[in-house]
Amino acid sequence: MNKCYDCVSVQPVEQEKQVFHLVGYEYFLGFLIIAGAVPVLALAASKLLRPRTGGPERRTTYESGMEPIGGAWIQFNIRYYMFALVFVVFDVETVFLYPWAVAFNQLGLLAFIEALIFIAILVVALVYAWRKGALEWS
Amino acid sequence: MTSGIDLQVSFIKTLTDMGLPQGAAKALWIPLPMTLMVIGAVVGVLVTVWLERKVSAAAQQRIGPEYAGPLGVLQPVADGVKLVFKEDMVPAKADLWLFTLGPILVVVPVILSFLIIPFGQNMVVTDLNVGIFIWISLASIAPIGLLMAGYASNNKYSLLGGLRAAAQSISYEIPLAFAVLAIAMMSNSLSTIDIVEQQAGYGILGWNVWRQPVGFLIFWIAALAECERLPFDLPEAEEELVAGYQTEYAGMRFALFYLGSYINLVLSSLIFAVLYLGGWEFPIPLSQFSDWLGVSQDTSWLQVLTASLGIIMTILKAYFLVFIAVLLRWTVPRVRIDQLLNLGWKFLLPVALVNLLLTAALKLAFPFAFGG
Repeated sequence: MNKCYDCVSVQPVEQEKQVFHLVGYEYFLGFLIIAGAVPVLALAASKLLRPRTGGPERRTTYESGMEPIGGAWIQFNIRYYMFALVFVVFDVETVFLYPWAVAFNQLGLLAFIEALIFIAILVVALVYAWRKGALEWS
Repeated sequence: MTSGIDLQVSFIKTLTDMGLPQGAAKALWIPLPMTLMVIGAVVGVLVTVWLERKVSAAAQQRIGPEYAGPLGVLQPVADGVKLVFKEDMVPAKADLWLFTLGPILVVVPVILSFLIIPFGQNMVVTDLNVGIFIWISLASIAPIGLLMAGYASNNKYSLLGGLRAAAQSISYEIPLAFAVLAIAMMSNSLSTIDIVEQQAGYGILGWNVWRQPVGFLIFWIAALAECERLPFDLPEAEEELVAGYQTEYAGMRFALFYLGSYINLVLSSLIFAVLYLGGWEFPIPLSQFSDWLGVSQDTSWLQVLTASLGIIMTILKAYFLVFIAVLLRWTVPRVRIDQLLNLGWKFLLPVALVNLLLTAALKLAFPFAFGG
């Protein structure tokens, strides 16, 4: 039994060398289809089963029982963009740090110092954003 | 280390023995673990909803659901069926496409993240080498769905709730990513299987909780914020924003948001268990048991037992965390939006950075204790 156990599992290893980057992603694609089917099926089932009632009054926008005053597609406060901007800076930073962290055991002290400098630069950015009030809500 | 049982290999072997070509056998195999995982996730949500209602009731000295099934276990199913039959409501001024796409974009990435949850050495849909990074990247899709839902509703409460939700998730994603980074550094890998195996061998003492005491707190706080659980459920703070971005939602579209948020809670708990609580590992190393019983680790009944125990342990650990999250809901008051953002940016982010650098420094100083 053990022999055949091997002969089945050898082939994927060879495949792994050929399409090195995409091994295992056929599962990702398959799972994407299955996961995507969940909301589609749920919405379709509900569409078949639910009652169809309601007039124009029921479809008015909710505003605590008042007639809605104006729409909501208007300008909104810039502070939301500030957080998004600071987020982009740090999110890109984490993407750069992931390969560093995974390979850290082979890199040693020099890589540590390099990452220290890299993070120090970004901490300057954080301190700048902090002092400028980009992280203030009010 | 034994390889444990591998269902994929045995399944494909059985089919090829029956005369099927290998490719066809593999194609038959691929949808099986995925479908099982999706069903498992949905059942997990039903259990979580029931647990939440029962624990909440106990915390307030009520009985909670009790009529649908024994101890009310069928209550979440009844709720779900009710939502399917509910009338559909789309505000006349809303953007129908974005309104529908919003909840879909929230729910699909969280289901997709179950791709990398391991329940045993070979009990994972696929062991990608980028593993946990898939989860981090998928988690950043959800805010887009929230923004979309908030904007498409054309309602002021929804808009504010959607913007708040997006601001909250992106603020806590960075501490979360840094906490995961420290774990990846100790495991020298992003694969969830490697992360668990790196914690194996010493039972409960080998788990990452002890080596990442700060990291696991950061992760837990950030994960609660990502799931919009109390004390961080600001996007839906009902005194201020009615129901936040969900205000205009009804019927199945609302159910998708509901499902998404509970799957997210289960998912975060599972990932927490994998990263910090040794995943499928038993608190006492199982090799000691087999030595004590005098049987080889390759014995088939022992392998089956180990595999089932692994699944049970993973689920137990995750549900322990769900239980903690539910208890926290009734013990901690909701924070204000400025407090929330201050906590994320001015406290968790610097602490997570220091934690990462400290882990790196300790790994240089004590390579053995921090994964070589």
